[in-house]
Amino acid sequence: MTATSLETEARSSGMRRFVRRVLFSEYLVLWLSVLYFLAVLPFVPQMASVEVLRNILSDMLPLLVVAIGQTFVLIVAGIDLSVTSIIAMASVVGASVMTGDGGYLAGSPLAVPAAMLAMVTVGLAIGAFNGFCITRLGMPPFIVTLTTMMFFSGAAIWFTTFHTTTSSIANLPHGFVVLGQGNIGGVPNSLWVVLAVGILAHIVLARTVLGRRLYACGQNRRAAAVSGVPVRKVIAAAFLISGACAAVASILYTGRLQTGTPILGQTILLDIIGAVVIGGTSLFGGKGKVVWTVFGVLFLVLIDTSLKMLGLSLFSVFAIKGAVILLAAVIDAVRTRFAARI
Amino acid sequence: MALLECENLRKSFFGVEVLHGVSFSLDRGRVLGLVGENGSGKSTTMNILGGVLPRDGGRIRLEGAEFDPRGPKDALAGGIAFIHQELNLFENLSIEENLFITGFPRLGGALPFINRGRMRRRARELLEQVDIRHPPGTPVGSLSQGERQLVEIAKALSVDAKVIIFDEPTTSLTRREADRLFGIIERLRRRGIAMIYISHVLADVTRICDDITVLRDGAVVGGGPAAQMPTERMISLMVGRTLDQLFPERTCTPTATPVLEVRGVSQPGVVHEIDLTLHAGEVLGIAGLMGAGRSELARILFGLDSFHGGTIAVDGTVIEKPSPRTCMEHGMAFLTEDRRGEGLMMHATITDNIALASLDEYASPWARFIERTRLGDEVGRIGQKVRLRAADPVAALARSLSGGNQQKVVLAKWLLRNPKVFILDEPTRGIDVGAKFEIYKIIDTLVAGGAGVLMISSEMEELMGLCDRILVMNHGEIQAEYSRGEFDSGRILEAAMKRKTSAAAPGAIAEKVA
Repeated sequence: MTATSLETEARSSGMRRFVRRVLFSEYLVLWLSVLYFLAVLPFVPQMASVEVLRNILSDMLPLLVVAIGQTFVLIVAGIDLSVTSIIAMASVVGASVMTGDGGYLAGSPLAVPAAMLAMVTVGLAIGAFNGFCITRLGMPPFIVTLTTMMFFSGAAIWFTTFHTTTSSIANLPHGFVVLGQGNIGGVPNSLWVVLAVGILAHIVLARTVLGRRLYACGQNRRAAAVSGVPVRKVIAAAFLISGACAAVASILYTGRLQTGTPILGQTILLDIIGAVVIGGTSLFGGKGKVVWTVFGVLFLVLIDTSLKMLGLSLFSVFAIKGAVILLAAVIDAVRTRFAARI
Repeated sequence: MALLECENLRKSFFGVEVLHGVSFSLDRGRVLGLVGENGSGKSTTMNILGGVLPRDGGRIRLEGAEFDPRGPKDALAGGIAFIHQELNLFENLSIEENLFITGFPRLGGALPFINRGRMRRRARELLEQVDIRHPPGTPVGSLSQGERQLVEIAKALSVDAKVIIFDEPTTSLTRREADRLFGIIERLRRRGIAMIYISHVLADVTRICDDITVLRDGAVVGGGPAAQMPTERMISLMVGRTLDQLFPERTCTPTATPVLEVRGVSQPGVVHEIDLTLHAGEVLGIAGLMGAGRSELARILFGLDSFHGGTIAVDGTVIEKPSPRTCMEHGMAFLTEDRRGEGLMMHATITDNIALASLDEYASPWARFIERTRLGDEVGRIGQKVRLRAADPVAALARSLSGGNQQKVVLAKWLLRNPKVFILDEPTRGIDVGAKFEIYKIIDTLVAGGAGVLMISSEMEELMGLCDRILVMNHGEIQAEYSRGEFDSGRILEAAMKRKTSAAAPGAIAEKVA
């Protein structure tokens, strides 16, 4: 073998090692986001402005909360399509409690906390119903959550008609709106909330018994059952968590819009699931992390924002987003195949 | 000239030769019985004949011409049909569609439309030959196991097979269905079709075969006309080795303290009035044929399946509502038969797998955080105890391990809980000899430490080499009990195979004899 061919050999094996390291890095999606950001910067230099960056962050926050809930469900090899209807339902229920236009507790100092409690309860209740149908009646998660999604999307609109003649419930109390727009120590309240949810979710998944059991149920449900894992409870817990997260997201969205509206979140279902999957969480269960989901959401919001700023029409934004999600799925498949070969 | 001649067939897997030159021949209208233990090379030989595996050496001659199948399709075209143990039928399709799935008759010969009329006529003819009276449009899913087998045979006839290979054909058949199958085999024989019949039910082999060939460790160790091969001779040829070297010295004897007491456990159609007592320091074996209800009993004892009537007690305490959780709390552990499906998380690390059954023991009281250092230390200790060998004994994925080491991971998972009653269902299935020995040693250490082991195995050798007592199950009942010293493979087999005269008995098949 000549010296040059040895050299190329060494270089190519070094290259391969580099490709492998990047491909298997936990931060792959983060690197992709940075790369994408740098790539579009020449075309839309405004992307780097504080204004836009702050917008990106505030767009990420509620989406991230729902996506974290979805991560739990995907880890147990489920899927929760009902999250958008939970956002809508919680929004109108919460608004109906606290609105100044004839809300149940209009004017009461308890209105805001009671409304928020009601919203979380809506999320937990729908999550519990999903969990019950899936674990006790043995129905497939796709069908259960598809139908609850349809039902509660409709029910949210119906519920709105009892409270207003317009399409949304406005005139929310000042206290609620301020809560969403205020800040503590210069950090917006909503960011505090999302940080808390994210850290809590990370700890549950990485450090607790429940976390280990969630992964086990996604990896091999039968082996988990034989090893004494209460499989039904664990799966139901994932759907409860997803419902609660969607409700928290609803609080954030409602606060931002300052109205309770039944069409809230209608269009973001694919963004939610897409972001989690782009992050690297597997649709087949057993694999997923909160940080991955953070990166996935960041990536998706970056693309969204940049495409809008480039002045592209809505349908081309859709098409490009679809292509990007597909690309992420392809990368994941390549990764899995690579892993099988080692 | 013989119809089929196999000469000196050789095959290696990963550098280990498993077939050391197998030869046999087969004439038209004859049935050759092929018997031997699991791993003796029967399946490998037949897979070579059926084109599933390429051979490494030797030659096959079919009707005098060299025969070198490159795949199952090739073998079939040459006239060799292989009827597998697990039938390859599409349950959602009709009988006729299954018969012609590899080549539907088409309208006009080449148009992409199925010639339904022709298909139906051909299907009727074929079904008549195997005595199936259902219309050809019947979905296969609605047929009984026996009828499905006959559909497979009809499929073989549809391509004019000269040789039909049956691999354990009666495993899932009732006695009556098996008799019907034998009738068809007789009819095919008279038509001049040659057949190879693989089975562990030696009585069936004696009944329907003309010649018998016995395999052991990848070589032919005996053979001849069926009339000169009584069952005892077949068994002694199949076993043919002394037991001592394969098993470690047992270092303890059973005590008189019962750890598991099962009284009158019944589940209609599965097990009937099971009574058994397992003592501390005892290895209690359960022998029996496939379908005798052994695994089903184990699943009931561990609370995975429900039962009506009877009690299960560990250390004198009756388990009120048996579920895996409650059984584990009482000190039971269960190594399942299906290692990949129920034992391991293949894509998880060794540590995660071992920890799975003990998470509660390593959780902080309130927030239920895992105490990772303590858990890691214990997992490492247990891994050493079972002599786990892996590139990385902590973070390696379960699927990267060999079968033996995977089984050690499952054992370690349960050892971490210090169980008092250990139920092992086929603990050494699919494991190489060296790892088997190590698992036997672990079992010995377990009972020496005061636990009781209930061990289900289809390898009679293993039971006789390791157990203090053997129970024989047959048709969901305990048929016989033998203590060490009165072990005798012939008697055990006899008890396992004894047929109930009444009732529709499930097809009795020795998964593993000798």
